[in-house]
Amino acid sequence: MQKHYWNEYQKEIAADRYFYARSCIRQTFFPGSETAFLKILQDELGKDIYDSADQHTCSGIGYHGDVVPFLTTSTVIARLFSLMTEAGYKNYVPSCITSFGLIVEVLDTWKHFPETLEQTRESLLKATGRTFEIPENVAHPSDIIYKFRNELKSKMKYQLIEKSTGRPLRGVEHIGCHYAKVFPDKGVGGAEFPHVLAGMIESWGGEVVDYPERRHCCGFGFRNYLVQANRGYSVSNSHKKFESMAPYKPDFIIANCPGCAMFLDKWQYTIAEMEGKTYDEQGRGIPVFTYEELAGLLLGYDPWKLGVQIHQVQAESFLDKIGIEYNPDEKYKGASGEELEHPQKPSVLKV
Amino acid sequence: MINFGYTLNKSGAINLVEADLSLYNDLMKKVPSFARCIGCGGCAATCAARQHTDFSVLKCNMLIRRGEYDTLSKELNKCMLCGKCSLVCPRNVNTRAMIIQARLLVNSFSKR
Amino acid sequence: MNIVDCIIIGGGPAGMEAANRLTDQGFQVLLFEKEPELGGKLRQWDKLFPDFTLAQDILKMLNDNIASNKLEIKTGNTIRELRQSTDEGNSKEWEVIDGNGESHRARTVLITTGFDFFDATRKEEYGYGIYPNVITSVELEEQLKNGKIEIASNSKNDPNIAFIQCVGSRDEKVGNHYCSRNCCICAVKQAIEVKELLPQSEVTCYYMDLRMFGQSYEELYRKAQQEFRVNFIRGRVSEISPTLENRVILKAEDTLLSRPIRATVDLVVLMVGMEPSETTAQLSKSLNMSDPYGYIASKNSYTADNETQHKGLFVAGTAKRQLAIPDVIRDADAAAFTIAKHLKNGK
Repeated sequence: MQKHYWNEYQKEIAADRYFYARSCIRQTFFPGSETAFLKILQDELGKDIYDSADQHTCSGIGYHGDVVPFLTTSTVIARLFSLMTEAGYKNYVPSCITSFGLIVEVLDTWKHFPETLEQTRESLLKATGRTFEIPENVAHPSDIIYKFRNELKSKMKYQLIEKSTGRPLRGVEHIGCHYAKVFPDKGVGGAEFPHVLAGMIESWGGEVVDYPERRHCCGFGFRNYLVQANRGYSVSNSHKKFESMAPYKPDFIIANCPGCAMFLDKWQYTIAEMEGKTYDEQGRGIPVFTYEELAGLLLGYDPWKLGVQIHQVQAESFLDKIGIEYNPDEKYKGASGEELEHPQKPSVLKV
Repeated sequence: MINFGYTLNKSGAINLVEADLSLYNDLMKKVPSFARCIGCGGCAATCAARQHTDFSVLKCNMLIRRGEYDTLSKELNKCMLCGKCSLVCPRNVNTRAMIIQARLLVNSFSKR
Repeated sequence: MNIVDCIIIGGGPAGMEAANRLTDQGFQVLLFEKEPELGGKLRQWDKLFPDFTLAQDILKMLNDNIASNKLEIKTGNTIRELRQSTDEGNSKEWEVIDGNGESHRARTVLITTGFDFFDATRKEEYGYGIYPNVITSVELEEQLKNGKIEIASNSKNDPNIAFIQCVGSRDEKVGNHYCSRNCCICAVKQAIEVKELLPQSEVTCYYMDLRMFGQSYEELYRKAQQEFRVNFIRGRVSEISPTLENRVILKAEDTLLSRPIRATVDLVVLMVGMEPSETTAQLSKSLNMSDPYGYIASKNSYTADNETQHKGLFVAGTAKRQLAIPDVIRDADAAAFTIAKHLKNGK
């Protein structure tokens, strides 16, 4: 009998009435993910989730890139909390993993050093005239999808099963470092065996791949990626992961971090162009999805409305395995039905 | 001056008598758990940055302890602050805080 | 009600030895053991470090003495409570409520409730309980006893076997600052035995420090290096993950070369440390005599190491701290001597 460590790390996840905070970069790379999350919560689960028009960055990119000091970051986060307070919500849900990690860090700092909380309150009041309440619950959207994974399953049109063979699809789950590596008790399943995405894959019919570099970082590392000269270092980390997972022949990758999902997708193009290597048998690469996209696809949402055509590794091989319906002619149609310009084809990766 | 075709070799030894340990002492005040390191290397073994660069939390720790600051700033900048090292440390050294504080101290040190 | 001279709680080597030494001197002893048989953890062991003495030989000597002595033994009986008897104003007596709810009285009580092995699942990064080829030193000892080492991987090559030191010891993350003292030398012993059984295997021991403090320990370490070619790498293993061939990869830092090291192995042996047993922790807490970890603190570790802060209550063996078998037996002798003195003075 295998031990299930994650049972010992069950965090509290609020059941309803969420204040949603969007990510700085996700809408560019995964344009349908956040909308899909809101749709899933509102339409499928009937939850109250508020998407404020006044929201802004948490400054995490600056903080981790060493250009924004801690007190500034905590004040910026305090302003986000004040928006939540103003809207009458108490459960904070940041779309971004780094945002989530940073908020947990800020709350922990306030708890252990109450003077920093007072300083923050004062700074926010002086700068904006605003006050705020500390959230009662902070959960990442992947926590919420995890919490309702079985409820969603009953509404799903598809499962993670290959249509032609009945074989469960093999999924690689990749957890953002800031989800639980800094505060293991704040993540479902802890830091070593996080269950937040694995639980979704298992519940939705798939199989989780446990490969040697499962816990390794994708290599984003802020200061490393942000300086072009250091990017070789960034890509090497993803490369290490691909080399390690490839023998397991994964059908897809899902991630709960904006940076990870982007890198694991885009670096497959870079590595293919650099070394001519792809990590699946057909030369198409391993499709990478956000957990919202995966949930949306299985719920039967239109793949093109979810924005999966924006990914570097194209999703069709995955859609065909499950038998998810899509119209190839609609792939590059704009919102009002006009045909958009098609992207250029890479020289190695097949699309 | 005569060129003999050879020169006097500089000593490669760590000189603890002449070493400037002010950064070490300052860091010790900021991150007291720093003192507890036993050099097991758990931090370096789990480090993502370690896999592709010669960055090592343990090595930074040792450079600071011996007053060898010349390469320190460059070394410290390779850390991605993911925090995995803090997670595995058997002595519960706050390694992440150590790196952050050492960066700040190195900056002010080089300005002096 | 009969009042015995001494109730001994715990029938491992310490309890058995002390019971023998006290009955030798004519004292009336009642011995409690929670398991159906006497012998404690010694029963789980095959050979002892550093000279490969058979554990069963030591056990036999203790048992033979027990058989030749007249004492009352209650096995399969976990005591419920230990308290100073209060009625009739006679606070010199001790009362034990046993597992059946019966009350027993004694003029003295000796606690020899010992230790438990560290639960390796608490070091999540090692995947114990998840990967079948990650086992504990206790499980390896069981295999050594049976003379067969089970390798779970499908690899056809000569097996690679790794020992990981300090699992649950010297680790603030699990709350154990202390060194368990026995694991370093035990790994050396087990590594040699593995090499004897599987001469073609590659055996590596990952350590933070090797503490070979006991008599003949260092010599055994030399022997492992020279005669058995056991590799020793100074680096703490930070995580273990699986491979497709059902082997596992471990990651460590080779701290002496200052480079990361990775090894794919067929079997990992976690050298689990020692923690106070459940009963030890319970008694040390209920009688307010606990050290920071739940072991029983003796009155004075230099001069009154078998006494506790309570008059008439004594302690011996690993209920106190991490000791090896010879130390335990010597400590039990000393405890018997101290108790005898107490009983004679009280008469």
